[in-house]
Amino acid sequence: MAGPTMPKNLLDVCAPGRDGIGASPLRPDGILKVRGDFAYASDLWHEDMLWGTTLRSPHARARIRSVDVSAALALPGVYAVLTHEDIPGSKFYGLEIADQPVLAIDEVRFHGEPVAIVAADHPETARRAVDRIVVDYDVLPAIGPAQALDPERYGYVHAPADYKAHASGNVVHSQHIRHGDGDSAQVRARAEVIVRGEYEVGMQDQAFLGPESGLAVPAEDGGIDLYIATQWLHVDRQQMCPVLGLPPEKVRLTLAGVGGAFGGREDISMQVHACLLAQYTGKPVKIVYNREESFFGHVHRHPATMVFEHGATRDGRLVFVRAEIVLDGGAYASSSPAVVGNAASLGIGPYVVPNALIDATAVYTNNPPCGAMRGFGAVQMCFGYESQMDRLAAELGLDPVELRRLNAMEQGSVLPTGQVVDAPAPVAELLRRVEAMPLPAAEHRHTGDGVDVRELPGGVSNSTHGEGVVRGIGYGVGIKNVGFSEGFDDYSTARVRLEVVGGAPVALVHTAMAEVGQGGVTVHAQIVRTELGVDLVTIAPADTRVGSAGSTSASRQTYMTGGAVKSAAEAVRGAVFERGRLRRGWPPDLVAGLRLVGGKVVDRADAVVADLVDLLGDEPVDETVEFRHRPTQAFDRTTGQGFGHVQYTFCAHRAVVDVDVELGLVKVVELAAAQDVGKAMNPLAVLGQIHGGTTQGLGLAVMEEIVVTEGRVGNPSFTDYLIPTILDTPPMPVDVLELADPHAPYGLRGAGEAPTLSATPAIVAAIRAATGLALNRVPIRPEHLTGT
Amino acid sequence: MRVTFTVNGRPTEADDVWEGESLLYVLRERVGLPGSKNACEQGECGSCTVYLDGAPVCACLVAAGQVQDRAVGTVEGLADGDTLDPVQQAFVDAGAVQCGFCTPGLLVQTHDLLNRAHHPSDAEIREALSGNLCRCTGYEKIMDAVRLAAARKADARGTAPAGSEG
Repeated sequence: MAGPTMPKNLLDVCAPGRDGIGASPLRPDGILKVRGDFAYASDLWHEDMLWGTTLRSPHARARIRSVDVSAALALPGVYAVLTHEDIPGSKFYGLEIADQPVLAIDEVRFHGEPVAIVAADHPETARRAVDRIVVDYDVLPAIGPAQALDPERYGYVHAPADYKAHASGNVVHSQHIRHGDGDSAQVRARAEVIVRGEYEVGMQDQAFLGPESGLAVPAEDGGIDLYIATQWLHVDRQQMCPVLGLPPEKVRLTLAGVGGAFGGREDISMQVHACLLAQYTGKPVKIVYNREESFFGHVHRHPATMVFEHGATRDGRLVFVRAEIVLDGGAYASSSPAVVGNAASLGIGPYVVPNALIDATAVYTNNPPCGAMRGFGAVQMCFGYESQMDRLAAELGLDPVELRRLNAMEQGSVLPTGQVVDAPAPVAELLRRVEAMPLPAAEHRHTGDGVDVRELPGGVSNSTHGEGVVRGIGYGVGIKNVGFSEGFDDYSTARVRLEVVGGAPVALVHTAMAEVGQGGVTVHAQIVRTELGVDLVTIAPADTRVGSAGSTSASRQTYMTGGAVKSAAEAVRGAVFERGRLRRGWPPDLVAGLRLVGGKVVDRADAVVADLVDLLGDEPVDETVEFRHRPTQAFDRTTGQGFGHVQYTFCAHRAVVDVDVELGLVKVVELAAAQDVGKAMNPLAVLGQIHGGTTQGLGLAVMEEIVVTEGRVGNPSFTDYLIPTILDTPPMPVDVLELADPHAPYGLRGAGEAPTLSATPAIVAAIRAATGLALNRVPIRPEHLTGT
Repeated sequence: MRVTFTVNGRPTEADDVWEGESLLYVLRERVGLPGSKNACEQGECGSCTVYLDGAPVCACLVAAGQVQDRAVGTVEGLADGDTLDPVQQAFVDAGAVQCGFCTPGLLVQTHDLLNRAHHPSDAEIREALSGNLCRCTGYEKIMDAVRLAAARKADARGTAPAGSEG
């Protein structure tokens, strides 16, 4: 940024500590963050910058008869008012399918769709200008998920002529799985018990704390520099270039501070809008969403309706599973196809089932677009299949954990996709561990005196002193894939430079990985210390000057960009030894046994062969490496067969809840977790992931839902969309298992998403245990418990 | 209008303030102190918590004109030069910082709590921080950080945790 002061986190940041992998050194960005010096995208400032604002549709579905921007343009302080007519290049973008207009063209398809954008010298001026834009809408009835599958009767969200890569009708994507004999009559006959359940998951929001923001700065070469909070710099750019009519080298992105992501920044939001305004005005333009706009500005978790049938023998062995899943994709495709692939392929959970028939479909509707959110299609399914396992256990008179253990998959198991699990899959062990953890004390219940109401349902509302409070315990376990699947060319790039600075060897790590809070930058420094034997590591800002790191999603960054950093460090080490061979005549058998330790080159006997500082001199070693995981295959669309996922990750939860059955209030007392992470690269960060993911699962269980009525969003604020506070969140003991995956760097296993899956069904199971209610929908609201 | 107040002990003037501007906007956009975060602008998330005359408030809910001649303290004022406040250091050490967007507000709120209660119970900590949303950590490491900060401050005072002064 050409502003007067460059924020410290947009310069190289020193990573403190001396620890390599397996330890928990401090975050390189931690001090900046606690001092208030860490510049998030919303904190950026540039001389002469303008503020951008968006006009959004108040309707879920309407034709646009006309847009009149003249009154907005006439407002003093307004520099630009743009509609789709002002876009220099392509008018569409999209993560997988370019079906989303940058600004609405003749029609709006969801409540909150961007129609026009404004740049002004004060954010309030921009907001007032937006209010002066006159749009004449012809409002049409919104198409919901129930209508979407009958387009002849209810209409098309996108005119059939507009269909690009996607399927037909209002179907975005579907995936079918045929495993064994499916649910044939013979298979059904073999099942001695069949349980059927219909389940629903509401629309969850990522609700990251730092709203969408960025600063676009026009450059002298006619290009744009964008400082942005995102999950994937390179795919943002890939979608932006055609719209801006610029080649990739003229669209340069730098990661500004990111205030959380959880999938909500995988799609672009204000990126193109800020750049269009900057291009048009020739001035830097900053856009910062407020919380309400943030609810409209990013995709959400797909609401799901799921019908399951589970058949089993009387002794509890699963015979077949039949699942029909419909996901509400909303108005535009986003990542719906991949979410459908996950829902189908992970749809029976971490269990061995000889026969399965699964149909998963995402539909276009006039609801808000849905796409990536932590757990990505596996969260909805886990609520469904775990509810079924409890239902089956009840039907069979078996302990719910015992039923799960009986059917748990393990290394060597065959999944419904035909894929053989070729790494540890300790599902039964995780259940055993979480069940064995000590239970919290059963205090405060059924007593009238001396209770701390803060520990009870209703809390300081003082609605109970323990009367009407019933405790319940429930379990859940889930399976999530790691990394990009279905044949996607998943790679990450890392550059590592080793040089002498101030008389000491220093390693610089440069990647395009979006640090969104997960702590990847800490792990990169640890990897480099382990591989290169140096203490001093510097982290360069993430930007598009280096190759893509892929997205910070799919629990993949420690595996993928961590793997790339490891590979690049190995290449640097190899180049250092090669320098010794060429310049100092080190024989090959010596080189073969060399290591870098404590700033020295040492041999097999730990004798110092050279000082790294001397060997490097003033000639740095600089290596850039692309890292790929082993290839996967696309699933066959009709049978679902294929080696579709590169790695699986598992977490089990036990929930203890207190329910005030008279008032329908729930207090989650404890959420215990056991998770296999392969290798805890940074144990403190691993716990942070498990705690955070678990808490988002708690939110889905009892609090979080975007309420959409006929396409209109009813609660776009933190007043009305509730996420767990510190009072809602219980102690969360965690048992971390480390069974190495032989295919992954250091044996590690992606950790971020699995805990988000199983927390929800565990809590619901605990509430069912306390109330005896069926509870087929999340989030559970008080009226679901009281029947009022 | 012009607003005159002190921020972190320094006399400060903000000019051309529109009457609808919040203290948060003035701090972030006019005074050059963007440490206080804007995550909801309606007092629900606590990310913009600052001291106003020694009491923690949501800066987004305070009109800029209300701070005329008053004292504001922000996250930028917690450290003493290069030395972090024990609360800041504990958040870093305990792993209570992930994305960090909620952190400035939590630090000010915790700082206030530990000024009032030297040895807060877990229930007191949860109640005191219940107005500060965090989406990353699940609050477990925040609890650890507050306990750690309280213990370190007690050590520094030479007081035993048993003698609660809170």
